[in-house]
Amino acid sequence: MGLNATLFGQIFTFLVFVWFTKKFVWPPVMQAMDERRQKIADGLAAADRGQRELLEADAQAAEVLKEARQQAAGIVEQASKRGSEIVEEAKVNARAEGERLISAAQAEIEREQARAREALKAEVAGIALIGAGRILKREINADAHAELMDELTAQI
Amino acid sequence: MASAAQSPTEYVTHHLTHLSVGEGFWTFNIDTLFWSWVTGIIFLSLFYMGARKATAGEPGKLQNFVEILVDFVDNSVADGFHGPRGFVAPLALTVFFWVLLWNMLDLIPVDLLPWLASTVGIHYQRIVPSADMNATFGLSLSVLALIIIYSIKGKGVKGFIKELLFHPFGSFPLLVPFNIILNVVELIAKPVSLALRLFGNLYAAEMIFILIAMLPAWIQFIPGSAWAIFHILVIPLQAFIFMTLTIVYLSLAYEEH
Repeated sequence: MGLNATLFGQIFTFLVFVWFTKKFVWPPVMQAMDERRQKIADGLAAADRGQRELLEADAQAAEVLKEARQQAAGIVEQASKRGSEIVEEAKVNARAEGERLISAAQAEIEREQARAREALKAEVAGIALIGAGRILKREINADAHAELMDELTAQI
Repeated sequence: MASAAQSPTEYVTHHLTHLSVGEGFWTFNIDTLFWSWVTGIIFLSLFYMGARKATAGEPGKLQNFVEILVDFVDNSVADGFHGPRGFVAPLALTVFFWVLLWNMLDLIPVDLLPWLASTVGIHYQRIVPSADMNATFGLSLSVLALIIIYSIKGKGVKGFIKELLFHPFGSFPLLVPFNIILNVVELIAKPVSLALRLFGNLYAAEMIFILIAMLPAWIQFIPGSAWAIFHILVIPLQAFIFMTLTIVYLSLAYEEH
């Protein structure tokens, strides 16, 4: 026991170890920890910013949604207006078409009537001639009596 | 017990003898020097491996361990020392961890390593450096040198001498000798108390382990484990006290009173 030259060995060893720690151990660890601290601070700041941005985006989205709803309501209103306009127009068109069809049909009917009347006249004239021929017991010469026939036809 | 033929006194004396070379003052305790280097190299390689691959990203387990200790020491230094920490913090880390490992060697069964050494022909082996005054005074005298260096760094040569001459009683010429005596005693008391506190604790603990080892084998585990468990508290506590007082002394030296 007691102090001896080991002391110097220990002091020397101690100084070497402190030097090593200061040179090779301390700086990288401190640097890594500082960097991580910075990273965490940045991360937290980014998270805050993100949250704020989210709130802003939410507000913006609500605004856009409101606008869109208004626009949609406007479009629906316009569409229903346009729809009723189209219906009105169609009704008008249909009425006009219907009337046109009716008048065309009437004209056709009239034409048919006239034609039937003409045919009937000719038939009646024929029957009348045959009847007259029977009564006279002789044949009426169509050529000789053509003038008479036409006169009869016109009369009927 | 190393051998049945030894008397208790011989056994204890044998356990308290250093493996040494040299004569008188120029004796080197090989075991203290060797185990200091072993523990120091364990400390440095562990921390160097952790520090070398230190990243700001997700730390590995070793890096985590290193960071926890570095952060703990850095905070202790920041609390106690208000100057630049570039040197004091690594110093404190070295003191803390080195002393911690020294003290831990005390938990290795007292007869194990001496017995292993004796099988290769080495007859004396004291493995706990902090139970050797040379190791503890080696640290504390280095701290004394740093106290003086930091006094001069913090207050300048003039300030340091002024403090030695005129502090604490004042600058009245008759009081100067008393001031000097008091300051020198204070300056010497610091390393002596530092060294003796650590030495005393660990020497006593080692002694008790040696005494326990002399009990009959079947009963040893009761006092042995009780003392080891208690000693687990002493080991980091003494390391922490040594570190904290080093920081406090340097802080007192560095700052103006």
